[in-house]
Amino acid sequence: MILNMGPQHPSTHGVLRVLLEIDGENVVRMMPDIGYLHTGIEKTCEAKFYQQVVPLTDRIDYLCPMTNNLCYVLAVEKLLGLEIPPRAQWLRVMMNELTRINSHLVWLGTHAMDIGAMTVFLYCFREREDVLRLFEAISGQRMMTSYFRVGGVALDAPLDFFHRVKKFADRFPSRVDEYEGLLTGNPIWKMRTKGVAKISAEDAIALGASGPTLRGSGVDIDLRRDTPYSGYENFKFQVPLGKEGDVFDRYMCRVRELRESIGIVQQALEGMPSGPIKANAPQVVLPDREKMKTEMEALIYHFKIITEGFAVPEGEVYQAVESPRGEMGYYVVSDGGPKPYRVHMRSACLANMQCLPIMCEGRLIADVVAAIGSIDIVLGEIDR
Amino acid sequence: MAPGPAVVDIEQLKEHPAVARLVGWNPQAVEGVKFDREEMTITVVREAIREACALLRDDPRCPFNYLSDVTCVDYYPSDLRFEVIYHLLSIPNKERVRLKVRLSGEMPALDSVTSVWPSANYFEREVFDLFGVRFNGHPYLRRLLMPENWEGHPLRKDYPVEGYR
Repeated sequence: MILNMGPQHPSTHGVLRVLLEIDGENVVRMMPDIGYLHTGIEKTCEAKFYQQVVPLTDRIDYLCPMTNNLCYVLAVEKLLGLEIPPRAQWLRVMMNELTRINSHLVWLGTHAMDIGAMTVFLYCFREREDVLRLFEAISGQRMMTSYFRVGGVALDAPLDFFHRVKKFADRFPSRVDEYEGLLTGNPIWKMRTKGVAKISAEDAIALGASGPTLRGSGVDIDLRRDTPYSGYENFKFQVPLGKEGDVFDRYMCRVRELRESIGIVQQALEGMPSGPIKANAPQVVLPDREKMKTEMEALIYHFKIITEGFAVPEGEVYQAVESPRGEMGYYVVSDGGPKPYRVHMRSACLANMQCLPIMCEGRLIADVVAAIGSIDIVLGEIDR
Repeated sequence: MAPGPAVVDIEQLKEHPAVARLVGWNPQAVEGVKFDREEMTITVVREAIREACALLRDDPRCPFNYLSDVTCVDYYPSDLRFEVIYHLLSIPNKERVRLKVRLSGEMPALDSVTSVWPSANYFEREVFDLFGVRFNGHPYLRRLLMPENWEGHPLRKDYPVEGYR
């Protein structure tokens, strides 16, 4: 029998349609069908100035806006050859890790709810609310933050911001203990996740999996550590690895990543350098509001950047960052003009999704739900 | 502020494991190399792409065992209009390399690398869908993101941003 799961199904985390060929409760063949959220963002990017692309990048993955911002601005900065001041880099790292926590909390809550543990969802969204309030404080937005700019960040942190982050960071590890108390040792949780939807390291590499989906199978790779960007080489953190490559191992990887991320946030708070938050490049970075009122050049640059954009030297770069879901990559081609010639987003989820058939075939329909949850799927990112 | 000039001399870049491997295998297969902004690009002739990928994957010294991405750029209206681009990563050595194949605008087609990396499946379908580049030997070359009955390939440069309507 052919069963159509989705596109409107609560466990598909968006609009994923899965075609299941089933024999009783067993899945014989599985085929994901995507494209329901395709908005042509890559095409839209080609019609925008470089700085106008930043808000578009938020919208491809609504759970980790700042990771996408970061990846895009790093790519453009690499094209320009811009030097970013340390304070901006550390702010970026800190916000990026808070984004990872935000994304993992949504994943944990919804994944647990898919499998039947309702309470965890409420707990996770309690902490997620704290993170969103922090986002709002620094960027003015809760979800589509667009906080990073080519050349730095949009605004400096408000006065009590670091104090609030500190309070959150001190409280958070005990909250992770709460989630783990509800799930990790829970026999029902273990039965639903241990040995379910397994994938070997070889298969995961061959199918292009990345992030916790790959690390859950025991492949030791984390782009933050292996190809450091934005000053990640200054931070110390562990890369949690799984062994079996089942749903439980991917769960453990992400939960331990929550703890590592909050550790990075703590380190960023302790070592936060002072200084400018934008690069010294008047042709690219918008001038301060105050300067525009007193300096002719600042006003001219502001006008030129807004109306004509800024030219980026010819070339092409591929910048990859470790997003909560895996390797997020931006391939940006410049023809020397003020608009990108081509922007391509390498979506971690698209590749991770290719692992679904191998995880699910030969197992029960109920495991399909667990498997989809365990690769932390975001359809906006897949379809772009 | 501007980055340094790109290095395109193949003699200077022979140290790079991917260049060494490909030139050692078949110098005719390599059309050009470029080292720019700390990134290595190797342009490979169209016929050799699948074998080149398999060679790089199985390189004992620096195995580029992970295919990060496949994408395409349309340089309309030049003769060799399409560039299909492969981003490879070596997980053990943390090295990246970019392979390129240039294709003409009429019936652009090249060999699929799905037999080397199954992960190329969706990436190539996406390129086919949005650019109309055909991949010979692909197991299931159908549209991925656009509807089945869609006309045209939206990411081509001669396709208007607003669509045809």
